[in-house]
Amino acid sequence: MSETAATPLSAIPTFPRGVRLKHDEARQEWVLLAPERLIKCDPIATAILQLCDGKRALSEIVAMLAEQFKADKDVIERDVVALLQGLAEKKMVRL
Amino acid sequence: MSSEASPAPSIGLPVGLLAELTHRCPLACPYCSNPLALEGREGELSTEDWKRVFSEAATLGILQVHLSGGEPAARRDLVELVQHCASVGLYTNLITSGIGVTEKRIFELADAGLDHIQLSIQDSDAESADKIAGYKGAFAKKQEVAGWIKAAEFPLTVNAVMHRANIARSGAMVELAIALGASRVEIAHTQYYGWALPNRAALMPSRAETQAAIADVEALRKRHLGQIVIDLVIPDYHATYPKACMGGWAKQFINVTPSGKVLPCHASETIPHLEFWNVKEHSLSDIWNASPAFNAYRGTAWMAEPCRSCDRREIDFGGCRCQAFALTGDAAATDPACYKSPQHALMADLAETDSSGQPGEYVYRKMPANPA
Repeated sequence: MSETAATPLSAIPTFPRGVRLKHDEARQEWVLLAPERLIKCDPIATAILQLCDGKRALSEIVAMLAEQFKADKDVIERDVVALLQGLAEKKMVRL
Repeated sequence: MSSEASPAPSIGLPVGLLAELTHRCPLACPYCSNPLALEGREGELSTEDWKRVFSEAATLGILQVHLSGGEPAARRDLVELVQHCASVGLYTNLITSGIGVTEKRIFELADAGLDHIQLSIQDSDAESADKIAGYKGAFAKKQEVAGWIKAAEFPLTVNAVMHRANIARSGAMVELAIALGASRVEIAHTQYYGWALPNRAALMPSRAETQAAIADVEALRKRHLGQIVIDLVIPDYHATYPKACMGGWAKQFINVTPSGKVLPCHASETIPHLEFWNVKEHSLSDIWNASPAFNAYRGTAWMAEPCRSCDRREIDFGGCRCQAFALTGDAAATDPACYKSPQHALMADLAETDSSGQPGEYVYRKMPANPA
């Protein structure tokens, strides 16, 4: 369970039951709702989490974001893995 | 929403609503956070009232609703209320003792769209758990209910309130939560409001027991990282800084009592001069923005020294108003949990005196004698 454990890019991130991404109409922003927790999502986190549909693997999500933002794949991969691993430790994403 | 109901920028929007659907409960826990003057069934809001409150809450910006009590399952309309919350986009959390909940109802709640269940467990030792709850067989029943909750594939939080009767088993509570399939456990050291205040001597653990319990749980947190989320509510009688009570007064949360009174926190009725408004007379939006109780300690302008000039005033907001009132008689005083409070030593003294005496008998939570 060490934080440096590599997450394979074939992993498919999913939201466990009780966790959902929601558009907060009153504040006009995206939030991740979880058991007695909520996380306000910045635009980068929102872009990543919106692609977590329970079907796409990490590699596909990284490729799509690299394309969308015309950014370096390694940089995107680092951001995606860091966000999702952090959420996995909080049981807000399953990897 | 009408234009005068839009909040001033400084007020912000609430994120969470604690709906105390009823004060009825089969258990009699001596640390219950409900007020000593419990509200009877006859004064409870109707199904339609609650639905309107939940609709207004969703519009106002509330994201999560905590359906609590008493025992919320004592309401026959619980499934209907959950369904309504789900239909207006609210995230629903059921806070239950498990007693009075049937297997059928758990599955009905799943179908209705309930998002999460928090189940209270009084101790990892069955006999002690039943004594604390004042209900024989409660522990065994809760094991069964936890099984149904997992069978219905709900995410489960186990809530354990810790005090001198069970504090030595803090680690065992975490292990029990894991064994029951919980993804989250709250190890909540007793906070001395509601019924816990008159029971303080029977509940207060020693500083050494408290520190050992916290160390046990911190070790388990590392061992089980990624397996279970452990939330530790730190006991403020042994603290240096106060907790950011409710994330700041009237800043994030709304509490609605069974009869519809709207409070900035569940204990705030202990502050006698506050004026609370009721959902039967005002919209939730008007109450949030304009009710005297919500505006009494909102922001930082009400603060006196040492809070006023403290660089933590936007971090912990002076701590808890109810605790400040209970221990100093002044609800605008610095929470004595803070080392800067002139009454800080009093708190440690109370804890020391209470924990070193004989625990004595519990004053069990009970409803007032029921009118026919």
